[in-house]
Parts: sequence; C-alpha cells; structure tokens
Amino acid sequence: MTNQALQDLIENWFPNPEADKVSEVIDVSVTEDTSEEKIETPESVNPSLLELTEEASQFLNITVQPEQFYALMTQLKNNADTHFDYLFCLSGIDWGEALGVVYHLESTAHRHIIVVKVKTEDRENPVLDSVCDIWKTAEFHEREVYDFFGIKFNNHPDLRRLFLTDEWDGFPLRKDYVDDINMVIK
Amino acid sequence: MDTTTVNSNFKSEEYFINMGPQHPATHGVLRLLLTIDGEIIKKVQPDLGYIHRSIEKMCERDSYQQIVHLTDRMDYLSSHINNEAVCLTVENALELDIPERVKVIRTIIGELTRIASHCLWWGVMGMDVGALTTYFYGFRDREMINDIFEETCGARLTMNYNIPGGLMFDIHPNFVKRTKEFVTHFKTKIPEYDRLLTGNVIFQKRMKGVGILTKEDAISFGASGPVGRASGYSCDVRKHHPYSALDKVTFNEAIKTEGDSLARYEVRIMEMWESLSIIEQLIDNIPEGDYKVATNAVIKLPKGEYYQKVEAARGELGVYVISTGTKNPYRLKFRSPGFSNLSLLNHISVGGKIGDLVATMATLDLVIPDIDR
Amino acid sequence: MNISLSITKTIHDWLFSIMPETAASITEMVLIALVYLGVFAIAGLFLVLLERKVAAWFQLRLGPNRVGFHGLLQTMADALKLVSKELTGTIKADKFLYNLAPYFVIISALMALAVIPFTQDFQAFDINIGIFFLIAVSSIGVIGILLGGWASNNKFALIGAMRSGVQTISYELSIGLSLLTMILITGSLQLSEIVEVQKDGWLIVQGHIPAIIAFMIYMIAGTAETNRAPFDMVEAESELGAGFHTEYSGMKFAYFFLAEFINMFLIAAIATTVFFGAWLSPFGITESIPLLGVFWFLAKTLILVFLMMWFRWTFPRLRIDQLLTLEWKYLLPINLVNIVIMAFIVWQKLTIQFF
Repeated sequence: MTNQALQDLIENWFPNPEADKVSEVIDVSVTEDTSEEKIETPESVNPSLLELTEEASQFLNITVQPEQFYALMTQLKNNADTHFDYLFCLSGIDWGEALGVVYHLESTAHRHIIVVKVKTEDRENPVLDSVCDIWKTAEFHEREVYDFFGIKFNNHPDLRRLFLTDEWDGFPLRKDYVDDINMVIK
Repeated sequence: MDTTTVNSNFKSEEYFINMGPQHPATHGVLRLLLTIDGEIIKKVQPDLGYIHRSIEKMCERDSYQQIVHLTDRMDYLSSHINNEAVCLTVENALELDIPERVKVIRTIIGELTRIASHCLWWGVMGMDVGALTTYFYGFRDREMINDIFEETCGARLTMNYNIPGGLMFDIHPNFVKRTKEFVTHFKTKIPEYDRLLTGNVIFQKRMKGVGILTKEDAISFGASGPVGRASGYSCDVRKHHPYSALDKVTFNEAIKTEGDSLARYEVRIMEMWESLSIIEQLIDNIPEGDYKVATNAVIKLPKGEYYQKVEAARGELGVYVISTGTKNPYRLKFRSPGFSNLSLLNHISVGGKIGDLVATMATLDLVIPDIDR
Repeated sequence: MNISLSITKTIHDWLFSIMPETAASITEMVLIALVYLGVFAIAGLFLVLLERKVAAWFQLRLGPNRVGFHGLLQTMADALKLVSKELTGTIKADKFLYNLAPYFVIISALMALAVIPFTQDFQAFDINIGIFFLIAVSSIGVIGILLGGWASNNKFALIGAMRSGVQTISYELSIGLSLLTMILITGSLQLSEIVEVQKDGWLIVQGHIPAIIAFMIYMIAGTAETNRAPFDMVEAESELGAGFHTEYSGMKFAYFFLAEFINMFLIAAIATTVFFGAWLSPFGITESIPLLGVFWFLAKTLILVFLMMWFRWTFPRLRIDQLLTLEWKYLLPINLVNIVIMAFIVWQKLTIQFF
C-alpha cells in the first residue's frame, strides 16, 4: 500500500473528539456576532488523535500519544490491510525535553514500512506500554531502552538492565548524562 | 547478576550452570545462565554487555567519516558490509550520485566478505559438534580471501575501504585475476565440505529436528538472515530492498522450510554458492570510472531521519540516523542482526539437551560484538 | 636366536639360584613391573607424538617438528613440563579421593598390559582366563573417572564423570560379547592358546562373516570405552571445558592423559591378538625368526591405532542419548544374533582353515 493509502486508512482509526466541538463553536460565533470587528479564525484541529507526516523521512511517520499507543500497535498488527508483523527496529531517543521510542514496522505480506513514534514528557519517571505480547522481539529491545534511557515499560515480563551491570547509576544515552571517568568529550 | 534474582522459580531438582563468558563454544564473550534438569534444559538466559563499547554514544560525538571506522568493529566478520551500510545512509541523505564502478566493486567485495564469514562459520560449526578438522579447512579458504583483501584494501579483517562518497583507493590491478582464481578454486571446495560434514550420518543426527523455529516465531522474534530463511521467511534484503549493484544481478534466495539446525546449515551452504554466482556475474564487467565522488571535508546531513538496511552475513543490519543538520548525528542506532537472533535462543532451546544448545548456537552464527555494540 | 627368547628363562633361573625362593619371586615381580612401567612410559610418549603428527597430517599442517629430529623429543619436553607444574586442587575437594582417582586408571591399564603376548614366550602373565581377566581389569578404570569427577567438587566435572560412567558400562557389554564370538572358534580363554589356534589362519579369516561383524562392533565399542571421538562426550572440549579432569593439573593430569593413550593401545592390542593373529606373520613367512614376532605385533597394533585416530579427527561427536541408543538398540542385538550365527558356523565346521 502506498503511504497515502496507509495514511487515509490509519487516520480514521482514532478520530479526535476535539475536532467536532471546534466546528460547532465556529458556526455559532459566525451567526451571532457578525458585527464584531474581527472574528478570530480558530486554529485548524487535527481530525485524528494521531499525527501522520511524511516530511523529513523516507517512510510514513505516526506520532501517537501514550494513551492510544497500545491500541494503535495492536490494530496495526491485526488489521489485514496493514498487517505489520515484523518489528525490525526499536530505538530509544532523548528529544531534549521529552524521552521517546521509535518503532520501525514492516509487513511481510504487503512489504510496506511505517514508523511509529511515542513520547513522554516525564523525565523523572517515564513509563510507556510494552509491546512484548505483540512482537516477541520487543522483549530484549525494551530492556536495552530501559538500560540506556530509563524508560519503564508496563507489562514487560523481565525489565532489568541488559548491557550494564545492575548497580550502574544513571542512563548513559540521555543527553544530560555526565560521566567524567568513562566519557571522552572532544 | 546475583543468582537470587534468576532463581525465582527454582525447584530443588533443577541444576544451575553458568556457560561462559570464557567458553570455547559461545563464540565470543557471552554468558549463558542455564537451568537444567539432568540433561534437559529448562531455561536459557543470556547475559550481555561484556564487550559493550558504547558505539552509539561515540557516534553522537564523531563525524561521519569517523563513524565508518567504528562499524568495522561491530560485526567484524562482515566488516565491509557494515561500512557500506553507513556510507549508503550518508550518500542517500546527501543524494550523491555514486559512480557505477564504486557500486560494482562494493558488491563484489561484499559478497567475498560474505563467503569469508561463512567459511569461518563452517569451520567453527564443525569444531563445536566435535569434528575438529573442519576448522583448518575453513580457514584455508578464508586465507585466500584475506590475501585478496590485504592487497586491495590494506587490511585482512577490519577493512575500512569504504568512505562516504566511494572507496578509499582504487582496486589493485591483481584484484580481478585473483578473485577469478579464488572462485574457480572454491567451487571445488564446497563439494568437499559437503562430503566431509553435511552427509555425515552423525552430523545429520545431531542437527536434524534440533532447535526448530516456526515461520511465525521467526517473524515475531525479528529473525533475519539465514536464521529466518531456514524457517521459510523470505527476508533477504538484497532481494526486497536492493542496494549498490544488487539490482543488476540475478540470484536465488536460499530458503528452506523445516526451521531446524540442519536447515540453517544448508541455507548458508546454498548462500555460498549464490555469492559465487553473483561475483561471477560482476567480476568481468567492472565499469570504468571514478572510484569516488568528492564530498565536503565536513559532512553535514540535512535535517531529518534516514534508515538504510543491508544484508550482512548474519542477517539484516539497519542504520537509523536522526540528524539536526550539524556535523554529528543527533542519534544513530544500529539494528544488529545478532541481537534479534539471540533473543530466540531461549525459545528454541528449552526442552532440548546441552549438546543441542551448542549445535543450535553454532547455527545461529552469533558474533557477540555485533550484539553488544 | 634362541638365546634371546630364553632370556626370560635365563634371568629367572639366575635369580632363583642366588636368592631364597620368596625373595627371588618378589625380585622377579619387581623387575617385570619396572620393565612394564618403562614400556608404559615409552609407549605413552610415542603414542602422544604419533597422535599429534597424524592430527597435523589430517589438518594440512606439520605438527611438532622443532624439538628433536622431526619432533621426536616433543613429548619428553611435555613430560618435563608437566612434572614441574604446580599441583592445584580445589578447597572443598575431597582430598583423599581426589588424589586416589588417577591411580585407578593407571593401575588398570598396567595390569591389562601385563597379559598381552608380544611374541612367543614374551608374555608376563599367561593365565588360563586371559580374555576374562582383560575385560575385568579394564572395567576398573571407570572407578577412577567417577572418583575424579566427584572429588573435584565441580559441576562440569561431575556431569562429565556421570556421562563417562554410563558410557563405559554400556559398551563393556559389546566388547565382551564380540570377544566371546571369537572364543567360540578357539575354545579357550587363554591368550597363548588363542594364538596357537591362529596358526591355521587368522581368526578373522577363519570366522569370515560373523568375525568381520564382530570386529567392526569391537572397534566401535573399543573407541567408546576409551572415551575417544566420536564418543568423547565426556571430555567434549566444546561443551564442558575438560570434563572430569578439569580440576587436575601437573602429574595427575598426565596420568589421566597417558592412561587414555595406553587404553587405546590396549584395545588395539587385544584386537590384534584375537582377530589378527598377534605376533604371527601373514602366511607364516617369517616363522623361523621368532623375534620378528614383536615387529609384526607392533605393526598390526599401530595400524589399528591409526584407524582409531582417523576416527577422532574425522567424525563429529555423538550426543549422549544417541550414544546410548546406538549401544542398547543396535549394537547389542546385532551382537547377540552374531553369536548365534558364529555358533552355527563352528558347529557345522564351516570355518575357513588353511592347513
């Protein structure tokens, strides 16, 4: 499926309840206060709770909120048109203020690729849902993300550090990680 | 890791054994914690990190030309293909027009690297199941490839021949002749390998029906490369997302459906034949031209995200770059094939014996620096 | 020529003439033991070097060739090194059993070596239950292995020792039954009698088909007895470090190591005696020079030893359950049927005889 077809299909899965309310407000204000000097045009609201974009990347990117994340992933795998059964890359990213995870999914039947991004602003105690029961490869990958970024995953069978020792203090791949002994900064 | 966290469901008849990190059969510094009941394995837990060198953190500090040199050390048996992955990422991001000559040479050397890696794998495979002589036969053929590399690239193992924009220097005048000699020589050797090991009754009984991986599990665990192809999952990146000169050659994808250790073994032997065929198709017609394209001394990728997949000897290697327009990547992630292949070790070894575990690990062809990065 | 063969008789008479009887007997026994210890040491050294050279030949390399002419002094150098090594031991190991274990394997090997007939009258101990004695004594060696694995206080060593115990006990049966098949032709357990019978043609020729089957079973079972590849699960270097002798170093390790090679020599020697006519030359060509019997005996034994080395460097290893399946489900039934066939052939006088 092409990126546009995918975008059309997936957008409709999580309709945004805000979109309907804003359009009502617009209708009411136009009919009642036509003598007002200036009518503020309300900002356009995304019809879906997901943000889909293709810019700055070769694949279709979906940015999803943590609340709808697990439902989206389950749908992406189970839906016969999308059928994303191969999770080939799970990366943790430190976006500066937020911590996030990026999932690269591929379908073995249709051979299309999609990217799902989820972020959380909470740097003290970041928690996201685990996708271990959808794709078994996620078990090790999520341990790696926990090890390097500190992001905890709900429902993970065995969440502990993978590469570093259990007593290690801190999360090395975060941008604010400081280690005078081990890091050589140019 | 203290044993109390591991033994939460430990029954009194079960026996806890530590294999590694120094062990002849674990192919590097891998520590396996085995819970066994007599000879039957109940649980396998890998303990990683013994050769973790924080390559991903270093990449956030280094320039792109320097990053290419770091990738040699990840999966050192397919070092050229690792270099190629990063170079292709950078070149696609900058939208450079790479000369045909470079693409063809990169493909030929990549396939030679694949054969060298499989030769070493075959030698070590025999050694793990007890046929100690195969080690020498595999290395004898690998030496010929290493000599070709030494003449052209300057190094035998960590080749550093690729740079973003092309190759570091042109191929040596002897390269074509020696490669053709090697191809002729090696075609008589693979049947010898088959006579020595593949057809042996003891070997077949050790490998048949051992460590079975179904196709759904292979996809779910992210298995790629020969491990995935032996379970019937068509995952060859060279076929589905071709790169360099691979769209110009015709070759068959080696697929088997049984999913046991013997299938994984046979898939690699078939891959060696296919690599020879690819080299033969390309070696006589290397196009003339430049061996590199000029790039800036300081490479800055435009803002955005880039992903490149290549088929390393072990499976699908992915390079994921997030760039903010500066001279270092904001984040660079390597999707290593061994990491996903290792995660299925517990699933396929439970219920088998320790001897089966060793045979299975040999067919998974793990290189631990690739997993630990 | 007769003087050299009766040298044993000469020494015997001389000793008895100068000392009272018991002292002479004891001195005689000590002398024979020392000679055999010497033979044991030299044979061990020579066999280790042979193994390394044969392995190198299979693996396309040269083998030891620096120490001495073509590496002949290599094992001497290794022995000197082993003697000077520190004798380590684990803290919680059972000291007495740990030290005792290597001696079991050495003693059983030496005792078996005593009854092998090198040539006419060159046999230290010619008892009327020769074959039975050989099989019984080689079973004692397994105690040493089990003790070594247990007393090391090491999980890997224990697994190795358990595997070895099971393996040895199982394959004892096959060895015994295949030798029994040949005894049906000779009618006597005494080794010199067995050689006498073979003056009419070697037993493997006399027994034709069942004898060939018995020989093949004997070689397979013999390789398994000595824990050599393809049956070396016990010391599977790729899996368990070094199996039951992981915790041994220095001289004690050397004992285990040498005992393995002497056992290999013994299996080949017994096969030569029972199947191939011991010191008899083919077609009786050099019967007039009895001393050449030693040469023929050693030549035949070394060919069989080479065969066992060939097995080791070619075949992969069997898994422990496949090993046991091979013995109990395949070799044992074939052996039993073979005995019946051989009995039938001997009864109907269908053996091939030359004279």
